[in-house]
Amino acid sequence: MAWFDSFPQLADDNLRALKKTIDEAFRTFSRSYGASLETLFEPLKQFLIWSERVLVGTPWPIILLLAAGLAWAASRSWKIVIAAVVTLCLVGYFGMWEDTMKTISMILTSTLMSIAIGLPIGILMSRSNRVRAVINPILDVMQTMPSFVYLIPVVMLLGIGKVPGLIAVVVYALPPMIRLTNLGIREVDPDVLEAADAFGASRWQKLIKTELPLALPTIMAGVNQTIMMALAMVVIAAMIGVQGLGQPVLKAISNQYFTLGLFNGLAIVGIAILLDRISQAWGARLQKHRGVKHV
Amino acid sequence: MSEPLEIEIRNLFKIFGANPAAHVEAVRAGMTKAELNERHRHVLGLREINISIPAGAIQVVMGLSGSGKSTLIRHINRLIEPTAGEIIIDGQDVVKMAPEALREFRRHQTAMVFQKFALLPHRSVLDNAAFGLEVQGIDEAERLRIARHWIERVGLAGFEKSYPSQLSGGMQQRVGLARALANDAPILLMDEAYSALDPLIRYDMQTVLLDLQKEVRKTIVFITHDLDEALRIGDRIALLRDGSVIQQGTGQDIVLNPADDYVANFVQHVDRGKIVKVGSVMVPPGADAPGADGSIGAEATLLEALHRMVASGEKCLGVTGPSGQPVGLLPLDRAISAYAG
Ligand SMILES: Nc1ncnc2c1ncn2[C@@H]1O[C@H](COP(=O)(O)OP(=O)(O)OP(=O)(O)O)[C@@H](O)[C@H]1O
Ligand SMILES: [Mg+2]
Repeated sequence: MAWFDSFPQLADDNLRALKKTIDEAFRTFSRSYGASLETLFEPLKQFLIWSERVLVGTPWPIILLLAAGLAWAASRSWKIVIAAVVTLCLVGYFGMWEDTMKTISMILTSTLMSIAIGLPIGILMSRSNRVRAVINPILDVMQTMPSFVYLIPVVMLLGIGKVPGLIAVVVYALPPMIRLTNLGIREVDPDVLEAADAFGASRWQKLIKTELPLALPTIMAGVNQTIMMALAMVVIAAMIGVQGLGQPVLKAISNQYFTLGLFNGLAIVGIAILLDRISQAWGARLQKHRGVKHV
Repeated sequence: MSEPLEIEIRNLFKIFGANPAAHVEAVRAGMTKAELNERHRHVLGLREINISIPAGAIQVVMGLSGSGKSTLIRHINRLIEPTAGEIIIDGQDVVKMAPEALREFRRHQTAMVFQKFALLPHRSVLDNAAFGLEVQGIDEAERLRIARHWIERVGLAGFEKSYPSQLSGGMQQRVGLARALANDAPILLMDEAYSALDPLIRYDMQTVLLDLQKEVRKTIVFITHDLDEALRIGDRIALLRDGSVIQQGTGQDIVLNPADDYVANFVQHVDRGKIVKVGSVMVPPGADAPGADGSIGAEATLLEALHRMVASGEKCLGVTGPSGQPVGLLPLDRAISAYAG
């Protein structure tokens, strides 16, 4: 009754051989293609370096002004503008200015990348139920697979550094962007689309003039979630060499520096709340005229 | 503006469901809407529609809710694909147009007003009215100029910068009307375009349409539930029931000779005096009638004739044709019985 008591598993030797074969294959793959993949991602790396340099290099008063201006443009709310300025001042006063700038640079880049990838995929997904059926399970995997698991192959291919960190963040932060773009477009009022058809709009005109603008509030909710998820990855990304607020947190964990961890953790929370409020206020402003009452 | 176009709808069938083509023959052979639904779970939208609309005419389509009016009007610009049949406009079958040709046709030959308005909620009234022109690729200054003109014409001047959600239903409907009129297309499709308007504005908008018909003749398909409206603006009226045309003709035809009880019910409350022309109820000149006192044109309405007789005490009027020649007689008792129906 051995098979009844313990699960009849693959023989140890075979199992080991299987894992070894896959590992070998991947290692060969990364040895032969790792270098060319790295050149492929070179422009991305340059962009990351550039944006980090800009944010870190710009004098703090200018950054403060820019942040205040952006908060105002997005939200038209003094409360949010003041909150933005106060948060940044506190962060700077407690010695975390540079790390914060690095983290914000990372978040902005990965959000831009998520939009650039997620928007077209979301549009495709909204066009066909078959595409949706293929993409949905992939998104499920991206969201539930522990990040460390896909960090392994990324690090094997590209080593430690900014680009693998960015990829890890984007993999995690991309799904809401795709899902909400798809949802937003699918929810566009069919009567409005019919009117666009009746006036002879082409597919492109329909997308640009009706579908995307009507889906925009939902898409903005996707952007908001993407930003939040990217921030949640800051510490994990730090493990593979991404600089910013995550690094001190890692150091605090290994050396048991409670206060260091707490300060940097609070800075992350502060940035998160700030970006969340700003992007939500923007989304709400977009929403203002959307609801049409029918009689 | 190009010449008005004729619309010829031939043997049009529409069945909604998973496999509509399979049931056309059964419907042709006389299966009813209820039977089709019960036995095959398909909905009969339209059955064997034949309507020819002369260039420059206003064709009214009437019928109870669910009788297929919206379905019919959507076939004319092929927002709905027919199950069988042809729609010939300008020598071309709309049903057979390739996608590119269909887009061009919709951009330049038709404009539509929707029952549910279908405005773009994220755009101002002005940009909504300019939408059709924008799709055509007309430059911004020009299209906004045209849009402004029509917004004014439908009585919404001052609301250019408002958004649809800030307007009442009737105002939104007029934005939809301005959007369609701005297109200046030879064919205007109006699906209950006036149903959300209050009686006064509704009368105004009818006048706008009739004035417009005097300036530039368009071929207009106009759906309404309101018989008075139909009789006022319609050159011709078609009545639908369960997807079939049960009667079509001029307003007077339908009021005087309803084809069946359904039509009779539709027209029973109409003021016949305003519709019926003297020429269609007069008796021949030699008939046994009191001698005529004055005379009246054959195109005058019965109500006008009655007003005159009551005012002047005449017992019988001579009826004259277009050039003043006598064509018949209208005795008072005849006029009264025709008025009462
Ligand atoms: N997409 C569809 N699928 C199935 N049935 C449909 C569809 N569209 C319309 N129908 C059916 O076709 C019939 C006619 O509908 P239609 O909208 O043309 O009516 P209508 O005369 O415009 O009514 P109303 O006065 O209420 O606007 C109805 O029985 C409706 O249920
Ligand atoms: Mg309808």
